[in-house]
Amino acid sequence: MKKPTKQTITWRRITENRLFFPIVALTLILLFDFIFIPGFFAIENREGNLHGSLIDIFRNGSTVMILAIGMTLVIATGGVDLSVGATMAIAASVAGILMNPSALKNEVFFVTDPNYTFQPLWLVIIAALAISLICGLWNGVLVAYMRIQPMVATLILMISGRGIAQLITNGLRVQITYKPYAFIGQGWVILPFSLYLVAIVFAITWFITRKTAIGMFIESVGINFRSSYFSGIDEKKIKLLVYTFCGFCAGIAGLVASSNIKTSDANNIGLTTELDAILAVVIGGTSMAGGRFSLLASMVGALVMQAITQSMYAIGVPAFALQAIKAVVVIFVILLYSDQVKGFVRKISAPKKEV
Amino acid sequence: MSEVDQNILSMEGISKTFPGVQALDDVSLSLKKGEILCLVGENGAGKSTLMKVLTGVDKPDSGRIILDGKEIQTKSPQHAQSLGISTVYQEVNLCTNLTVAENILLGREPQKMRRIDWTKMNALASDTLKRLLGVDIDVTKSLGSYTVAIQQMVAIARALYIESAKILILDEPTSSLDVNETEQLFKVMRKLKNEGVGIIFITHFIGQIYEISDRITVLRNGKLVGTYETSAITRVGLISKMIGRSLAEFDEMTKIKLESSKHIRSEALLQAKEFGLTGAIQPFNLDLHAGEVVGLAGLLGSGRTETASILFGSDKADTGSISMNGSVVQDYSPLSSIKRGVALCPEDRKAAGIVDDLSVRENIILAIQASKGWFKYLSLPEQYEIAEKYIKLLSIATPSADQPVKNLSGGNQQKVILARWLAINPQILILDEPTRGIDVGTKAEIQKLVLSFAEDGKACVFISSELEEVLRTSHRIVVLREREKVAEFSGEVDENTIIQAIAGSEA
Repeated sequence: MKKPTKQTITWRRITENRLFFPIVALTLILLFDFIFIPGFFAIENREGNLHGSLIDIFRNGSTVMILAIGMTLVIATGGVDLSVGATMAIAASVAGILMNPSALKNEVFFVTDPNYTFQPLWLVIIAALAISLICGLWNGVLVAYMRIQPMVATLILMISGRGIAQLITNGLRVQITYKPYAFIGQGWVILPFSLYLVAIVFAITWFITRKTAIGMFIESVGINFRSSYFSGIDEKKIKLLVYTFCGFCAGIAGLVASSNIKTSDANNIGLTTELDAILAVVIGGTSMAGGRFSLLASMVGALVMQAITQSMYAIGVPAFALQAIKAVVVIFVILLYSDQVKGFVRKISAPKKEV
Repeated sequence: MSEVDQNILSMEGISKTFPGVQALDDVSLSLKKGEILCLVGENGAGKSTLMKVLTGVDKPDSGRIILDGKEIQTKSPQHAQSLGISTVYQEVNLCTNLTVAENILLGREPQKMRRIDWTKMNALASDTLKRLLGVDIDVTKSLGSYTVAIQQMVAIARALYIESAKILILDEPTSSLDVNETEQLFKVMRKLKNEGVGIIFITHFIGQIYEISDRITVLRNGKLVGTYETSAITRVGLISKMIGRSLAEFDEMTKIKLESSKHIRSEALLQAKEFGLTGAIQPFNLDLHAGEVVGLAGLLGSGRTETASILFGSDKADTGSISMNGSVVQDYSPLSSIKRGVALCPEDRKAAGIVDDLSVRENIILAIQASKGWFKYLSLPEQYEIAEKYIKLLSIATPSADQPVKNLSGGNQQKVILARWLAINPQILILDEPTRGIDVGTKAEIQKLVLSFAEDGKACVFISSELEEVLRTSHRIVVLREREKVAEFSGEVDENTIIQAIAGSEA
């Protein structure tokens, strides 16, 4: 056999990088937009803030991006969290009711004063995040200590979570008019404010997983929990940690989502987003069986999901057909990951070997 | 008689190599009509590989299989079954939530009007069980509601349902059965034997071999040791054939061992008092001294692995106590053991040893990092330093420290796990079958390593299926039989003495 040339080695290194396929997928979608949607890449400067379709992908994708961060860690341990959408709704309900408690008196009270809030903003945020931490902790205890299969364990909160959210808001939709709160999802500091949130959560998570041993332990538990146990890794604590953290991320996403629509709507906030988050992680190349993960690749995965949605809207696909189209694109992207296709890509695009 | 003597199956010169391991080397086996042939050998001897070759799971590199005078090539277990070779595996691999009848006829359900004919199916199943095995049970109940023995029978019934079953392979069917259940199974085996079925019976229980078999084929390290008439070989003879003896190349290790035995100190690093776990190992006393290698000898299932896991804390003992350096241990768990300086290299490398997708470096530092906790993360340069040190020390063959450990050969994977444990600088190292499935050269390296480890004032517990290896490396040998410590030998011991102890008084 001939020694591989330098070229083939470099090519391999590129194609075997975890980011390669997500970025290829994103590029293909953006290329499609570039050709078929005039002005898709136009970025407008409005009073120092940047606006445009491209920016919107990031802004609208921020909830899924935040969810995908927590979900990546959960999936890396070999689990899954179906309850993040419901947790978003619970966090939003807590936030809503603390700012506008009129629903508790069973009356729909339209607050028009943009400066009115029942409780101060800091308390609203802390309370909402604390509740979502508890939701995550609940999942973690069920999975790690009660040994319930992750899908079943988190299904419990997925189903009951929306009921809990409704209980909190007394079954009503709560209007949120408090302006500082709206800034979370709608504010702009050159770039959308929610993007900074994504960046902060990403940076902290990256630091915690890659600059401490936690990332390696998560992967180790996901690959072979028996070996990890024999090596002295406390697999239960690791699982408790990732589910709790995933709940926390869902809480942040819930704040962003409710701020975006100025309502805490227990029925619709975060509906089916858990699936988007899972898909984002899968597109990012983390195996559902657990193991190696890449946070950055999951971020790109989340952008792929949002870019698909955005592009479909832009070319005029009606909202009701969107899910179907999305499915087709997702199938295509996932196919790119199969070993068969990967091998094929490597074969046709690698520099030709001499015979 | 002449018809009975005829071979229905012969396997000739079978060889099979897996990456890094010669699993079978020129092995032959023959089976007569209406005969029960025991296939014995310790772990890694090649029994299951040989059966996998026969049933078409693995393809042999060379050799012939002749069934009824015709050369055959089995392509898959289904194909083998259609040729009349049926297998019942060690673990009952049936669906406990289905009925007995469904289990027997799964995939072969009788049909009526393109639907399953349940009446016929239940009648067929019940008839098969009665006629073939003499078992009369309600076949419409779910399989899970019956004992393991009955489940085993159902598995046999399923295997025999193919009318032309000529050969039945039973792969350790008795390991989960009690005495009565085993007796019931033997009755069925004798009945089948009288009907002319050839049975290959794999077991680790010496008593059962003598109770049921006509002939015995012994494998060791992938090689055929020989085939013997059961009536013509003694228990001691058989065991020494299984665990092997080779007088050659004893000298070098013996010298090293003699030299190292001077370093043994009288102080006990670890003392186990009446330490045991119900159902796993009877309470035993054991002292480990600094500088000493203690070998655990015994057959598979004698309690070797169980002893190792309660010493380490991966299974929790329910009687007795351990004290280390004079103080009694309170907390048994792998992590607390690691912190105390006790390391266990578990028996099953794939399932409990390596983390296959992680790199060699990460695998080596895993236990150190676990003992340091989540936040005191070893920096990358430190990780590389440790990894490179052990890659060099144990001469691990890997292109780089960043190579996923799954790309390494079995022997090198084992060295990586050894490195993981050596890296925590343990006081006590427990090695459970550290040389299984490893080539001879690496075996010798590991044995020397064990002795030099002990020389530094540490203690090692060495478990191996190969008595020869235990003898070579251990200063003291503890013999286990039927989950009980039965003897302890120190100093120069004669191999036969130990074989006697393993075989028990009946020999």
